[in-house]
Amino acid sequence: MAVSYTKYLRMYHMPHMWCPGCGIGIIVKAIIRAFDALDWSTDDLAFVSGIGCTSRAPGYLDMNTLHTTHGRALSFATGIKFARPDKHVVVISGDGDATAIGGNHLIHACRRNIDITLVIVNNNIYGMTGGQYSPTTPVGARAATSPWGNIDIPFNVSELVKGAGATYVARGHVGSGVQLERLIRGGLTHKGFSVIEVLSNCHTQYGRRNRIPDAIDLIEHISKSTVSVRQAEKMSPEELKDKYAVGLLHQDTERTEYCDDYNKVIEHAQLER
Amino acid sequence: MQKILTGNQSAAWGAMCARAQVVSAYPITPQTTIIEELADIVAKGLLDAQFIKVESEHSAMAGCIGAQAAGARTFTATSAQGLALMHEMLHWAALARLPVVMANVNRAMAPGWSIWTDQNDSLAQRDTGWLQYYCESNQEVLDTVIQGYKVAEIVNLPVMLVLDAFFLSHTYEAVDIPGQERTSEYLPPYKPSIYLDVDDPHAFGGIVPQDIYMEFRYKMQVAMNEALEAAEQADRDFKTMFGRGYGLIEPYRLEGADYVLATSGTVTSTARSVIDDLRDKGHSIGLLKMKLLRPFPVELVRGVLAGRKRVAVLDRDICVGMGGIWTQEIRNALYHLPEDQRPSVYGYIVGLGGRDVKPETIEKIALDVQKRPIEEGEQVWIGLKE
Ligand SMILES: Cc1ncc(C[n+]2csc(CCOP(=O)(O)OP(=O)(O)O)c2C)c(N)n1
Ligand code: SF4
Repeated sequence: MAVSYTKYLRMYHMPHMWCPGCGIGIIVKAIIRAFDALDWSTDDLAFVSGIGCTSRAPGYLDMNTLHTTHGRALSFATGIKFARPDKHVVVISGDGDATAIGGNHLIHACRRNIDITLVIVNNNIYGMTGGQYSPTTPVGARAATSPWGNIDIPFNVSELVKGAGATYVARGHVGSGVQLERLIRGGLTHKGFSVIEVLSNCHTQYGRRNRIPDAIDLIEHISKSTVSVRQAEKMSPEELKDKYAVGLLHQDTERTEYCDDYNKVIEHAQLER
Repeated sequence: MQKILTGNQSAAWGAMCARAQVVSAYPITPQTTIIEELADIVAKGLLDAQFIKVESEHSAMAGCIGAQAAGARTFTATSAQGLALMHEMLHWAALARLPVVMANVNRAMAPGWSIWTDQNDSLAQRDTGWLQYYCESNQEVLDTVIQGYKVAEIVNLPVMLVLDAFFLSHTYEAVDIPGQERTSEYLPPYKPSIYLDVDDPHAFGGIVPQDIYMEFRYKMQVAMNEALEAAEQADRDFKTMFGRGYGLIEPYRLEGADYVLATSGTVTSTARSVIDDLRDKGHSIGLLKMKLLRPFPVELVRGVLAGRKRVAVLDRDICVGMGGIWTQEIRNALYHLPEDQRPSVYGYIVGLGGRDVKPETIEKIALDVQKRPIEEGEQVWIGLKE
């Protein structure tokens, strides 16, 4: 059945402020489709963001939304989840928001395995503030703050969150909306901290500085840099250089979830009294 | 050399003239172009400085503090949320007595998210031990950066200079750039008496027990008092050398005026023209521009306002639960005047979140203050929607 997108959108906020062709639109669409496929009531959803182009998304989604400060969305979301563990808490965050100013909150949310779904829009740049390099800008890439090429080694976001303890880690990209929706849906239904890293295009701030100023060209460029998880398994580290494996990268269903663990502490403490 | 510059570019050129050696910053609208311009200046070889690109404003200020403790002259810039995030480090820079200089572009605090101007961000940092200068023009921004270093390095306290988002930060004006050579005649190289020196190691930032902590704070207070004198001197010397001076406050057409408008930032420029009009129409009203917030020029303000009937303070800020912050400051300064000399102080809240403060707005206040009963003058909100 066709998805009624307007059901999920605050149409009075249209037109949105994203540049034509921005990947965030594709990602928000995939998120809406995932919600719709799960048939979750928007009343049971809290959608949280920090600041950045990505973080404008909660303004447009018609559900319980919280647009918070730069880098701290996960802290706000943890508060929401603790207050209402019965509700679904979803966070959307840019690469800068999630891994630069908010990097500390990111690794600790992973470590705690709290049942929150985090979608990281990785467009390799600070889009909103004018194209400064972020912790995911590739070495050599140009940004407002690296006009002669970036020298900082980037994070591999998916590996980072896996290492920090996230129990569902997937990577998708804006060139494949169908796969993206499936990966997000997997994250939403996973009990524990789930991260979906989405390789996205900021042609305006990243593309223009790196000779791919057109949205479609940049999406194609991103698509070409991806290989499926299965393919990747068969490839040598040499062949995998500059490639990104997409698909479900990691899932651990054994680890207990943080709110559950916390409830056990409460039970225990009350027994002792 | 003259150039057409925005307020933000002027801040950058000020740091260039002052030969800042380390710049540590994080981007935020509307501050970003200060650092971009400065990066450009460095890239062109016009300034020999190191850039530290960090992951938050908290680290930006920490970077300045580290560099300054190692003996370098440092510069940074921020705005609103960024300044708030720096709060812990602002105390640190001041209490460690490090003369960091920073430009803050006034922007309203969130939520609701705003990128437009008001002064709550910087005024909320009033008690951190930083000197604070409010600027009215792009030339003043550039000159205040240079004067800021001069004063900061004399009293060993950090200086924040403040400019309005967009009205100054992004509008152009012809600005005179004195250049490094002439500036260095005014501002000698930074030579701290103690710093992290491998040949003479010191330990900074240690624990201070109850029996001496208070004395450290007292010394800061003494330094702030000295800063007043130092700032006046720095401004006088600047005028002698470059032909431009601003004063710590500026009385404008105050001769014989019974009523006074007190303003800060770009609202002042608009107010000047309103006052000109009203004076021509025979109103007994003048203007007082507030430039320095910390240290507060108590004696100067008292001297200028003694014997006036009423003062209308325009606050582009609100200390919720008390009223306008400039209003509180000015009213407090006047308290010790003899009763027959003490004007009543009216607080007007205007232009929050970047709402335009038009000549009509200011004229309305100028007329209102002449007739409003005093008991209604505590906190008047101007231009509120129904
Ligand atoms: C404390 C603080 N510092 C800086 C900013 C300015 N700021 C807003 S968005 C942003 C970067 C956003 O980049 P990213 O998270 O990658 O998101 P994108 O815009 O690319 O979606 C910055 C630095 C802010 N809002 N708050
Ligand atoms: S600046 Fe980049 S991230 Fe922001 S809306 Fe435009 S394309 Fe998208």
